[in-house]
Amino acid sequence: MNMLGNYVEHYTMLSGALFTLGCIGFLVRRNVLVQLMCIELMLNAVNLTLVAFNRLHTGDMNGQVFAFFIIAVAAAEAAVGLAIVLAFYRLKSSVQSDEADQLRH
Amino acid sequence: MNVGNVFFALSSLLALAGAFMTIASRSPIRSAVGLLITIVGIAALFLKLNAQFLAAIQLIVYAGAVVVLFVFVIMLLGPDAGDGEGTVARARVARYGAGAFFALLALGAAHLVSRAGGKPTLFGLVRPEHGSVEAIGSLLFRGEVIPFELATALLIVAVVGAIAVARGKPHVRREKQGSPTARMFHGPLMARDAQRPLPTKAQKAAAKAGAV
Repeated sequence: MNMLGNYVEHYTMLSGALFTLGCIGFLVRRNVLVQLMCIELMLNAVNLTLVAFNRLHTGDMNGQVFAFFIIAVAAAEAAVGLAIVLAFYRLKSSVQSDEADQLRH
Repeated sequence: MNVGNVFFALSSLLALAGAFMTIASRSPIRSAVGLLITIVGIAALFLKLNAQFLAAIQLIVYAGAVVVLFVFVIMLLGPDAGDGEGTVARARVARYGAGAFFALLALGAAHLVSRAGGKPTLFGLVRPEHGSVEAIGSLLFRGEVIPFELATALLIVAVVGAIAVARGKPHVRREKQGSPTARMFHGPLMARDAQRPLPTKAQKAAAKAGAV
């Protein structure tokens, strides 16, 4: 029992739970801001998996470098995503994702 | 139970509670705080996994930049950033059904994993420099220098693109108001600003002279 946090499975289970929460939030919520936050949540869960498996293979640090690049891409994605949210709000005066129906009409 | 076990338990509970708060709270500012709590919890887990550099980067980039960006946009949109009242019921069955379906899939996957058995994998010993700033830095600047420089190019292009998309152009607003694209990229951010008259050339020149 006193091995909590010393097995790679603990981290992968936690990461799976975080990814599931993020995905459920993305599917259920309609607020675009919250959906973007859920995407960040899923990216964080993947980062946790990468770092945990890298702790298992101590010969190199490629997993941590991968996580570093994911963090960089996630920052760029958040900036562009929030700019798109502002443009969408300018068009519809709303941030609900089901208002984005320009292609349907 | 030693200190490391308690640390893992606390930070993983923090991360899970923050994730739950992100997806469940009505107000987007509380969602942002939940995201912040999750990020701090994951940074603590990075410390437990000998990734000191990534823990620092996680706090600086996510807690310092991304969450602040979210809070800034929520502040800019004001009360409209919350959930709308009128369309709450729209497509509710489809949304909750999709969420429940994914939750069932995740539970099924967890059940299959737990039935598969096998021995859990214990972490081995690790070199003290594993994940330190020096080690990651030398790896980044020796082996991965081209992806690293490409990441800087990606960031600068993303920031310029974000400015181009987010910034409205009032002088274009007057000329072509009709098309949705023009309204999306050049219209006023707030609906109440649509009625406000645009500054004339003389007013602009006066403001410029006053600023000088």
